[in-house]
Amino acid sequence: MTLYQLDARNLLCPMPVINTQKRVATLSPGDELEICCTDPGALSDIPAWCKLEGHEVVSLAEAENGECLIHIRVH
Amino acid sequence: MVYSNKKAVALISGGLDSMLAAQLVKDQGIYVEGLNFFTGFCVEGHTHAIRKNKKGRRNNALWVAEKLGIRLHIIDVIEEYKSVVINPRHGYGAHLNPCLDCKSFMVGKAKQWMEQNNFDFIVTGEVLGQRPMSQRRATFPIVQKESGANNLLLRPLSAKTQSPSKPELEGWVDREKLLSFSGRSRKPQISLANKLNIKEFSQPAGGCCFLTDSSYSSKMRDLWQSRGEKDYDLDDIMLLKVGRHLRPNEHLKMIISRDKGETNYLMGYRKKFHHLLMVSHKGPITLLQGNVSKIDFSFAAKIAARFGQGKDAKAVSFVAANADGLEKHITVSPFKAAQIKEEWYL
Repeated sequence: MTLYQLDARNLLCPMPVINTQKRVATLSPGDELEICCTDPGALSDIPAWCKLEGHEVVSLAEAENGECLIHIRVH
Repeated sequence: MVYSNKKAVALISGGLDSMLAAQLVKDQGIYVEGLNFFTGFCVEGHTHAIRKNKKGRRNNALWVAEKLGIRLHIIDVIEEYKSVVINPRHGYGAHLNPCLDCKSFMVGKAKQWMEQNNFDFIVTGEVLGQRPMSQRRATFPIVQKESGANNLLLRPLSAKTQSPSKPELEGWVDREKLLSFSGRSRKPQISLANKLNIKEFSQPAGGCCFLTDSSYSSKMRDLWQSRGEKDYDLDDIMLLKVGRHLRPNEHLKMIISRDKGETNYLMGYRKKFHHLLMVSHKGPITLLQGNVSKIDFSFAAKIAARFGQGKDAKAVSFVAANADGLEKHITVSPFKAAQIKEEWYL
């Protein structure tokens, strides 16, 4: 397992999802990806996309500075 | 359910019509996956996200896919879509909406995807007569021809108003179970949604593109005119959706945030643009575009001062920064309301 990071800050819906799709396509099952966003919509969109694709959402967090961290595991 | 061995790719906008169309085909045992194209002009997502409107935070296409139980591929077509917006073969609608070229483009992209992924046909939620530009009897064949999809394009909601497509002729789908919707009324769609037990859906079918908006289109025209060419990048078209836009003179354009969400969003652009940050009072961030002189900074600050809590104060201070990051403090007297000319607003 390798943990990767994706900077999707200052991108608006649906770009964080599009970039997550593209990045996940390059990863292997078991790999993990931590996505950093500033669009709070990503907190629902990325988990919704993960659900459709069968990936696991490990954690979701929203910091006081408005940045959202979404940690997913690729299946 | 026994699935047929045929696979359909459905264009999913996030609205009701494409949802119903995909559901009808799925109900016939066809395996369906969805495609959603992001052109940069999509209404949803962006404004909701900026405004932190919790109700509107979801991406409707993803939500529809979840309800339908299908995979969804959201595809960035921003660059390719430029040619559709800049030079539409069939021209624009009431504003800068190139609906017919747009539909042909999207069906054409779906056809490419279909071929690359070994799918068999394309499904759209088009309804005959629903849209004045792209969904007419005369334009349906144009979309089929120009997209290259020809008779592999199935429009389940209006299939019976058309000659049978290949999926119908070959018996991949049962034409008798398809529909003959036509006209602008939404009642048949609402009724079908009830029948299919679809209780929640995004209502404004087709109302999801900023290019159909008069105000947005006028800002886009101003952008092209000020540049002397019809071109744009993603930042341009995102910024046209945010804030108040004023052009006090030919070489100065101002974008003034209207609320906290927009301020946060525009702050993300402050390193790319000249800008004014109000520091003596609560107020907006203002991005400045154009060949901005020292005098312009002061002039723009007097305007921006009208939009903060110091609008009636004698003096309002700003940090004025240029795109290279050089900052200085300036203090101005806000313009009176009557000094902000109506024609400055884009």
